[in-house]
Amino acid sequence: MTQYILRRIGYMILTLFIIATVTFFLMKLMPGSPLKAEDKLTEEQKQIVLESYGLNDPVPVQYVRFLGNLVQGDLGISYNFDNTPVTEILVERLGPSMQLGLYAVLIGTFFGIILGLIAAIFHNGFWDYTSTIIAVLGTSIPSFVFAGLLQYIFAVELGWLPVALWGEPKHMVLPIIALAIGPMATAARFVRTEMIEVKGSNYIITAKAKGLSKSERVWKHGLRNALIPLVTVMGPMIISLMTGSMVIEKIFAIPGIGEQFVTSVMVNDYPTIMGTTLIYAFGFIVILLIIDLLYGLIDPRIRVTGGSK
Amino acid sequence: MRSKKWSVLLAAALLVSMILAACGGGKDENSSKDSTGGDAAKSAEQVLNFINGDYIPSMDPSKVTDEFGFQFVGATMEGLYRLGEDGEIKEGIAKGEPEVSEDGLTWTFKLREDAKWSNGDPVTAHDFVYSWQRAVNPETGSEYGPYMMAGVILNADKIAAGELSVDELGVKAVDDYTLEVQLANPTPYFESLTTFGTFMPLNQKFVEEHGENFATTEATLLFNGPFVLDVENDNQHITQANQWKLVKNENYWDADTVQLKEINFVVSKDPQTNVNLYNQGEVDRAGLSADLVDQYVSHDDFRIVPDTAVFYLKMNQVRKGKETPLANENIRKAINNAIDREALVNVLNNGSIAATGLIPKDFVHVPGGGDFREENGDLATYDVDAAVEAWNKGLEELGVDSIELELLTGDSEGAVQTFNENLAYQLEQNLPGLKINIKPVPFKQRLDLNTAQDYDLQVSGWGPDYLDPYTFLSLFVTDGGNNKMGYSNEQYDALIAETVETSDADVRYNNFLEAEKILIEEAGIAPLYQKGVTLLQSPKIQGEIVNKFGARYEWKWAYVAE
Repeated sequence: MTQYILRRIGYMILTLFIIATVTFFLMKLMPGSPLKAEDKLTEEQKQIVLESYGLNDPVPVQYVRFLGNLVQGDLGISYNFDNTPVTEILVERLGPSMQLGLYAVLIGTFFGIILGLIAAIFHNGFWDYTSTIIAVLGTSIPSFVFAGLLQYIFAVELGWLPVALWGEPKHMVLPIIALAIGPMATAARFVRTEMIEVKGSNYIITAKAKGLSKSERVWKHGLRNALIPLVTVMGPMIISLMTGSMVIEKIFAIPGIGEQFVTSVMVNDYPTIMGTTLIYAFGFIVILLIIDLLYGLIDPRIRVTGGSK
Repeated sequence: MRSKKWSVLLAAALLVSMILAACGGGKDENSSKDSTGGDAAKSAEQVLNFINGDYIPSMDPSKVTDEFGFQFVGATMEGLYRLGEDGEIKEGIAKGEPEVSEDGLTWTFKLREDAKWSNGDPVTAHDFVYSWQRAVNPETGSEYGPYMMAGVILNADKIAAGELSVDELGVKAVDDYTLEVQLANPTPYFESLTTFGTFMPLNQKFVEEHGENFATTEATLLFNGPFVLDVENDNQHITQANQWKLVKNENYWDADTVQLKEINFVVSKDPQTNVNLYNQGEVDRAGLSADLVDQYVSHDDFRIVPDTAVFYLKMNQVRKGKETPLANENIRKAINNAIDREALVNVLNNGSIAATGLIPKDFVHVPGGGDFREENGDLATYDVDAAVEAWNKGLEELGVDSIELELLTGDSEGAVQTFNENLAYQLEQNLPGLKINIKPVPFKQRLDLNTAQDYDLQVSGWGPDYLDPYTFLSLFVTDGGNNKMGYSNEQYDALIAETVETSDADVRYNNFLEAEKILIEEAGIAPLYQKGVTLLQSPKIQGEIVNKFGARYEWKWAYVAE
């Protein structure tokens, strides 16, 4: 087990290195410079400022310098925000995004599982169709449509919740619901399909024959097996929600990382682009590792052991 | 089986009706419920609540380059002068008018002795010397320093290029309260320049004490203006704060004039959200995008605020070293005459007005005369007959019967995109044989293509950096850094060059008027529109000034009406 984890961590570092390298060179292909008054400066004036950023050096030199700093945990200073270290930006902006994302995933999957279960239990009945329709709508309608709708109904019309802004718990309600609808629909669909399949499987029939009650069959034997495929899709979902949704953050005026990332690409803020990409990649890889370890907990058959080779 | 089908239908109907009910409400609701209640108590208080369109990327006067940086540097600091109503020069740290030498090159400013920094230190002439030197020092890495000062203050260009040391800059403190400035050229608009963010004074001791951290947090900022900036967490990076306040600066020399106690800001970027916040009375102003304008145009609080940025069509005469069809004057004139600007600004639907020249309306006055724009008249007009005549002549001269041109534009969606499509359509419709290919690209790429002069037509814009027509007209001198379209006219160059050398206002303005006529009449560019801003704004805001350049709003004289 330890050996397995160590090997995975080794791969993780390699993956991060490759991602950092590819992003670095792709970034250099983007048009324009990080200068802000590019259209106003003469060529000489531009060169002087670029020189101070170290951007006049050959790209390989910049690359080596970047890697050197990265190893020391230094992501550099933003080109867009004066004298602001990228780590500072990540810390400030990741907080709100992660909070929202985490709550959205937890709440979304919780209700998704319930919805999926109901659908599977009442297979082909009224509740099945209702929950399937909710799931289909949830997957096909983009979250910003829900966001606009929620804002309009609950903030503008009913006045129960704030329109937007950030700081108090009440500001989180609407964005969380808007974000949770996606994971809810996904979870509902997976749980329903799997449960229906599991319901007809031999071991459930055996359990039934042994005289186990319906609730025991569903909770103890059914759900556990039905969750495996869900766990697989959960990983990417968690990380993409926790690293922020540009549109939701814009609609609810949340100081999150999603919107910041897009801005940094628009203004060629190289250090911030790198920092955000790496954090995203790092989170993704870590979550994947956790998911792989989780499989074992849910299904002993795929438990990784030291002697798995 | 039948009951199953019914349940599907029932479930679907339920959901659809729920959603429809939610959507339907949006149509008939309108300005019916504005800020309800609670406002009566607030209005007596001298507090305003605004939305800011973005974070503040920098509060360091030497390094600020963007709208919001200039806005908050402007509100919290004060240079030699401030801008009043209609661009009028008001006293700032300088007392009275400067003393100007006969050649217009030496300017002496007397400073007031009661101006203080927010830590109690006096604001002296040394603070200006230090700040201006810092702005052009290549080590600072300032973009606006060299841009604003080169060619204006003696030796600024050479210092920025690293050829001279900073103490050779033409600015010195004769004594603590007398500042002497040596200019490179007589610059009659120099007073207006000193209101600009880059020219604010800096307290050397304070700046050096904080080194790299200067101007990054509330604790590392020092103010000398009407307001101080207040972030809830003193140690938070200002660039990362999504809400902050301007609080009246009790140490400001003219604090008696300042009536506002507090202005709150919060970052919010979505126009619909902003309007919702406005309707709930959370904020006192909200910008409107084109789609929202139709909905709110009859709202009592609807306002159009004119802007001084002008947009025009650049016509590239030399692309990658080869002459384009646009090198032909008749072709250019045809394009200039074939644009129905009134129709285009209707598409934009944001308060923009048709531009008929390069200098915007309500920007500068001709000495002893009216508005520059009115004095020079409508130089660019929509005249299809003239356009077709010029077009056919041009085609004949070039010996072709059709022309294909690329139109380089930004990649924003919505009204701007429709604008570009309409422009292309108008040109193709009015000029037979013309084919326009629109090429929408991101902003940075457009700048790259512009620098490489790799385009035929380009929708481009310019906002002024000081109160003088030179800020616009210097763009198109032969080989000018911003020309990048192969436009060259000796007479135009001579007229503009003379405005730099002389301080005679009449000569300068006559030259500006003449130069603009040449530029538009031979269609070096085709003016398109002068930008406007549409918004909902609370009538309780009084005395606020919208500046023509630099910091957009001036709140020193603003107050909340009862």
